[in-house]
Amino acid sequence: MATRSKERPSPESGLPAHTPGTAELLRELVAHLRQNRTQLREEWARRITRAQLLTAMTEEEIFAEATSVYDNYVEALETGTFEALQAYARNLSERIIPRGVETHEVVGIVLLLRDVLARSLFAKYHEDFDKLNRILDAYEPAANRIANTVAVGFVQERERIIRQQQEAIRELSTPVLQVRERLLILPMIGVIDPQRARQLTEQLLQAIRQNRAKVVVIDITGVAAMDSNVANHLVQTVEASRLLGATVIVTGLSPEIAQTLVTIGVDLSEMATVGDLQGGIEEAERLLGYKVHPLDETTTPA
Amino acid sequence: MEVPILKQGHYLIASIQSALTDADLSQLREALIERVGRYRARGVIVDVTALDVMDSFAVRTLRDIAHMARLRGSETVIVGIQPEVAFAMVQLGLTLKGVATALDLEEGLTFLDQQTKARLEERRPPTGRLPRG
Repeated sequence: MATRSKERPSPESGLPAHTPGTAELLRELVAHLRQNRTQLREEWARRITRAQLLTAMTEEEIFAEATSVYDNYVEALETGTFEALQAYARNLSERIIPRGVETHEVVGIVLLLRDVLARSLFAKYHEDFDKLNRILDAYEPAANRIANTVAVGFVQERERIIRQQQEAIRELSTPVLQVRERLLILPMIGVIDPQRARQLTEQLLQAIRQNRAKVVVIDITGVAAMDSNVANHLVQTVEASRLLGATVIVTGLSPEIAQTLVTIGVDLSEMATVGDLQGGIEEAERLLGYKVHPLDETTTPA
Repeated sequence: MEVPILKQGHYLIASIQSALTDADLSQLREALIERVGRYRARGVIVDVTALDVMDSFAVRTLRDIAHMARLRGSETVIVGIQPEVAFAMVQLGLTLKGVATALDLEEGLTFLDQQTKARLEERRPPTGRLPRG
C-alpha cells in the first residue's frame, strides 16, 4: 500500500539499493494509468461489451460508468484508501441493482479492468522483466483489494435491499382494516409461517384494542396451504380475541384447506366459519345489529 | 392487598389494581360470591386491566368466580385482559372457557345490560307480539 515504503529486496537485480519503494512504484503506475486513460478506458469498455456483461445497459451508459469506475480505481491505487471507492461502489450498486445487474457482472467488469491494466503493464515493461515483477508486486495486492471492495459493496447493497423488501412484504401482508364501527377485517394472503402467524396475531389483538372491535372477520381465501401449526395458531388467535371480548368469524376456507384440516384432525369446533368474505361480513353485521338495505325499495331487483 | 368491590346498580364491580397473591385471589372469590347474594346482584364485572401477568391459579379463580356466581343467579364478565396477556393465556391453554369476556368496563356493562334484559324478557308473560328471533 502507499503508506508502506519498505523496500522489497530483489535477489535478481543484485542492486537492492536502487530498488524503488512500493509507494514510488505505485506513483509511477498511477502516472502511467493517467497518461493512457482514454485508451485503456476504451479497451476496457470494449472488453465489457465483448464479454456480454452489463447487457441491461446501453453502450453510452457503460462507457460513462466505465470512466467513473476507472477514475475511482486509479484514485484508490494512488491514495491507498478505500473509503471513497466504497462509497462509490455503494452508490453505483444502488443505481444498477434496480436495472437487474447481477453479481457476476459486477465482479466480472472489475476483474476485466484489472486484467486490462495488467496487460498494459506487461506491454510497457516487457523489456525490463525485473521492474515488471516489482510493479506487479505493488499493483496486484492493491487491485485485489479494490475488486474485493467493489464486490462486497455490491453484495451488501443487494442484501440491504432484500432485507428492506422482506420488511416491506411483512408490513404489507398483515393489514387489519376497519370496515364498520367495531368491525375489523384481516385478509390473510400468501404463505403463513410461524413468525408471520405470530406477528399477525399481535397486530390483530392490538387493533382490536385500538378500534374497540366487537367482531373480526379473518379471511383466508388467499392462503394456499395450511399445516397443523398454522391451524392451531389460528385457533389460538380466535381464543385470544375472545378474551378481549371480540367474536371472530373465519371465512374463505378453500376445499383443500378444509380437507387438510379435517384429515390432520385440528379441532375447529370453537371457530365460527362462513363460506366467503361476503357471508362473513353479513354475519358480522347481523351480530353488530346492522341491517343493510337499498336506499330506494322500488329499485330493489326482483 | 384487598380488592375493592363496588356496587353499581344491579352489578358488582371488582377492580384489580395490582398483582395479587393466591390468598388475595381466594379472598376476592369468597367476598364476591358472598356479596352477590347480599346485594342481589344480577351481574359481576372483574376488571383485570392492571394485570400484566395471569397464571393458571388466577385464571382458574376467575373461572370459578364466574361459575359460582352463575349458581347464585348472577352473570359474570371479565374485562380488560391485555392483548399480550390474552395471547400468553391461550398459549398456556388457559382459555376461560364458558366465561364471558369484554374489552373494558364500558363494554362489560353493556354486555350485562343485554344479558339481564334478555333474561327479563324470557320471564315476561307472553304478549300479543311475536317472540324474538
